[in-house]
Amino acid sequence: MYVAVKGGERAIDNAHRLLGAKRRGDPAVPELSVAQIGEQLGLAVDRVMAEGSLFDRDLAALAIKQARGDLIEAIFLVRAYRTTLSRFGHSEPVDTGAMDISRRISATFKDLPGGQVLGPTFDYTHRLIDFSLMSEGPTEPPAMAAPSGAASPRVASLLSGEGLIEKAAAVSDGEPVGDLTRDPLAFPAARDLRLQNLARGDEGYLLALAYSTQRGYGRTHPFVGEIRIGEVEVEFWTEELGFAAPLGRVELTECEMVNQFKGSAEAPPQFTTGYGLVFGQSERKAMSMALVDRALRAEELGEDLTAPAQDQEFVLSHSDNVQATGFVEHLKLPHYVDFQSELGLVRMLRAEHRAASEAREIVETRKAAE
Amino acid sequence: MIGLEQPLLAVEGLSRYYGARVGCRDVSFELYPGEVLAVVGESGSGKSTLLSLLSAQLEPSAGSVSYRMRDGVMRNVTELNEAERRLLMRTDWGFIRQDPAEGLRMSVSAAANVGERLMGVGARHYGAIRGEALSWLDRVEIDADRIDDLPRTFSGGMRQRLQFARNLVTHPRLIFMDEPTGGLDVSVQARLLDLLRGLVFDLDLSVVIVTHDLAVARIISHRIMVMRYGQVIETGLTDQVLDDPSEPYTQLLVSSVLQV
Amino acid sequence: MNDATAAGGQATGYNFAYLDEQTKRMIRRAILKAIAIPGYQTPFASREMPMPYGWGTGGVQVTAAILGPEDVLKVIDQGSDDTTNAVSIRKFFEKTAGVATTTRTAEATIIQTRHRIPETPLGPHQVLVYQVPIPEPLRFLEPRETETRKMHALAEYGLMHVKLYEDIARHGHIATTYAYPVKVAGRYLMDPSPTPKFDNPKMHRSHALQLFGAGREKRIYAVPPYTEVVSLDFDDHPFEINRFERPCALCGAGDVYLDEVILDDSGRRMFVCSDTDYCEERRAAGHRGEMSGDAQVIGEEP
Repeated sequence: MYVAVKGGERAIDNAHRLLGAKRRGDPAVPELSVAQIGEQLGLAVDRVMAEGSLFDRDLAALAIKQARGDLIEAIFLVRAYRTTLSRFGHSEPVDTGAMDISRRISATFKDLPGGQVLGPTFDYTHRLIDFSLMSEGPTEPPAMAAPSGAASPRVASLLSGEGLIEKAAAVSDGEPVGDLTRDPLAFPAARDLRLQNLARGDEGYLLALAYSTQRGYGRTHPFVGEIRIGEVEVEFWTEELGFAAPLGRVELTECEMVNQFKGSAEAPPQFTTGYGLVFGQSERKAMSMALVDRALRAEELGEDLTAPAQDQEFVLSHSDNVQATGFVEHLKLPHYVDFQSELGLVRMLRAEHRAASEAREIVETRKAAE
Repeated sequence: MIGLEQPLLAVEGLSRYYGARVGCRDVSFELYPGEVLAVVGESGSGKSTLLSLLSAQLEPSAGSVSYRMRDGVMRNVTELNEAERRLLMRTDWGFIRQDPAEGLRMSVSAAANVGERLMGVGARHYGAIRGEALSWLDRVEIDADRIDDLPRTFSGGMRQRLQFARNLVTHPRLIFMDEPTGGLDVSVQARLLDLLRGLVFDLDLSVVIVTHDLAVARIISHRIMVMRYGQVIETGLTDQVLDDPSEPYTQLLVSSVLQV
Repeated sequence: MNDATAAGGQATGYNFAYLDEQTKRMIRRAILKAIAIPGYQTPFASREMPMPYGWGTGGVQVTAAILGPEDVLKVIDQGSDDTTNAVSIRKFFEKTAGVATTTRTAEATIIQTRHRIPETPLGPHQVLVYQVPIPEPLRFLEPRETETRKMHALAEYGLMHVKLYEDIARHGHIATTYAYPVKVAGRYLMDPSPTPKFDNPKMHRSHALQLFGAGREKRIYAVPPYTEVVSLDFDDHPFEINRFERPCALCGAGDVYLDEVILDDSGRRMFVCSDTDYCEERRAAGHRGEMSGDAQVIGEEP
């Protein structure tokens, strides 16, 4: 006799225990520490902070450990945690011009005040696997020099001095900045919400869209005006203090793209821009974000909308990898009730089809017999 | 037939500027039931801008467009709210686009294309909708056995005729046409215009047709308006204007038409 | 699992039912607005939840917003209390709210469901919370949100009927078997969530309040009690629910939705109630189906 299968709860509990064992792996191998992840897998930590929308290195490292290295799973953990935190206000806009720079380059000028500072980059490494890393060993200490003290003005301000680059749209003091995590996104979305959406968007997705613009799907003639990476002060203004109190420092990557110039009958031509800003050292993401930001401004700048990267509704609706993975993976959930309905319909249609062709055959054999 | 009633469409001092550039300037006319008005001119004459203004797809910088609704009341078309405008566009008005692919649902069957407007205003009997679709397809000379085919499989001329059927099914009183014969073979054009003439007569339609082709205007319209640089430079009965143009520009247009 | 489990104690560190009170208030405001406009998709600021989008976060947020300490919660998926996701969600509320839970439809005050409406008719003291993946019934006909918003505002629903027309022209029948579109209170076109069309009639003039939560798409909608819910159709192709050829093999119920269970490689199949609580109640009351004893199974020789 058929007995309906029960025990879903126990199955889930056992699955979780098995998962825990897998996460730990072979107990003979030393356990990974959160500090090791934070120190030695820093770029993974940066990505989890950026897409998790929460600057907390230890938390991100812990999430990576818990997620067994699956970064989107780790991002999910950080987002879920973020929801539970109470929010008591927002900071002053950070001043990237006053950044404590660890890396700063510009492709638009050979040399500029503050210089081209390579910083800790993979850029010029030869991608040859270094087998010496198979075992632990000492690393060469970095070269040291005294800080130059020279100012590093942003390339954007250098260009805007001559009026060559568009001014950022003026935002009046009282005007509220949209908050993506508080209000559902409605289209068309203003640039503040678009940038928020892109800042937490999936790196791979933005990379592909950015790449598509370079290959002709909404070309924007980009140049890297500036990439700068370093720490900035986060400040919080309160009534009681009467000044903005420093809360701490965060590492940011900022990218300004200088794009296709634009002029009109009234205004002489100026370069347009795209902007990217990300937690941590995430150049690929910041650059991709800047390219897509510029593509999404196509309508505002009077350009023809022909490419996916320019389609606001398309780009912004699919950038959140936590949402995306949730919905894609939900297909694993039982759908047999709906499938049963489809089965019923298809069986009925096939039966009707059979009946119709049988009826036709009968008519034809009769005709042949006559 | 042209009657002595109230005009269906009354246009007064209609203008549209783009900064300093003139889209169209100071256009005035009246259109009566059963009348076909051709708006002719070369590229940049402002005729397409005018059509967009008349069909409330563009807002005027000055002037007014008034339409006599089914209840007899003259309404200023720019003062209609979006709901009223969209309803008008789906019932009492038609808009034939130059590229039929833009005026049809290409991935939906011919009958569904024709029946959509009916379903949009509450038709709920499948057999009746299909019957109406069949009769309209017949009227625009599309074979009944194409009823379930997608417009993708139709020739250019057929698609255009399907577009007519799709627009006419709710018995609109006013049709806007934007170069409806553009891009079609000459014999196909002729057949289409013939059909159109018959429909205008049978259904007492008023039509504003924009075209650069004087021959089309000659075949189909009662009155003609010649536009240049955004302004109407000559207007009158089609045959009179084309046989005996008074303005030099009109003379130039008429004489430029290739004689075969 | 058949008894209402007593409050097992909340997980420490979280507010009752996980969400903070501000958030619950925000969701309740959206719910009230939704109830005031039956069938209309009300936007709300969906929160990140500890389960993935697409796995019921909308339903969970709605339930969390309306749940009180005295409530008795039932959670089903595909009609069953024991499917993994239903188990997971029920445990979530046991942990974060400590409320009593039950598998008995009649005992529940709140029922959160995915893809089915319980067979037992609901009462005026009950709330049914549906999990919704895609709230917009026109989504697959018109992908742009800006356009579908207008269509709802202007009640421009011709496109939906075009789709149904095409189905009949192509297949002879309307080919939608689940998430079958309905008109609510004669005004808004609504997607009832991916419940089979078999369940549509249950929504019409239900005694219970029906709430629909779409977390990823950030929409909430509602059907107040005793509201008209009419499935779209044509006069000459009226809406029909599908019937099963045989009754439930376990309890003999004849007019309920059945699951097809494959028994072996040779294709032997049986059909059993999708609503596991309904089936259990019937069997407890003495009803028996084919599979009790040595009754026949489809595909077997007599």
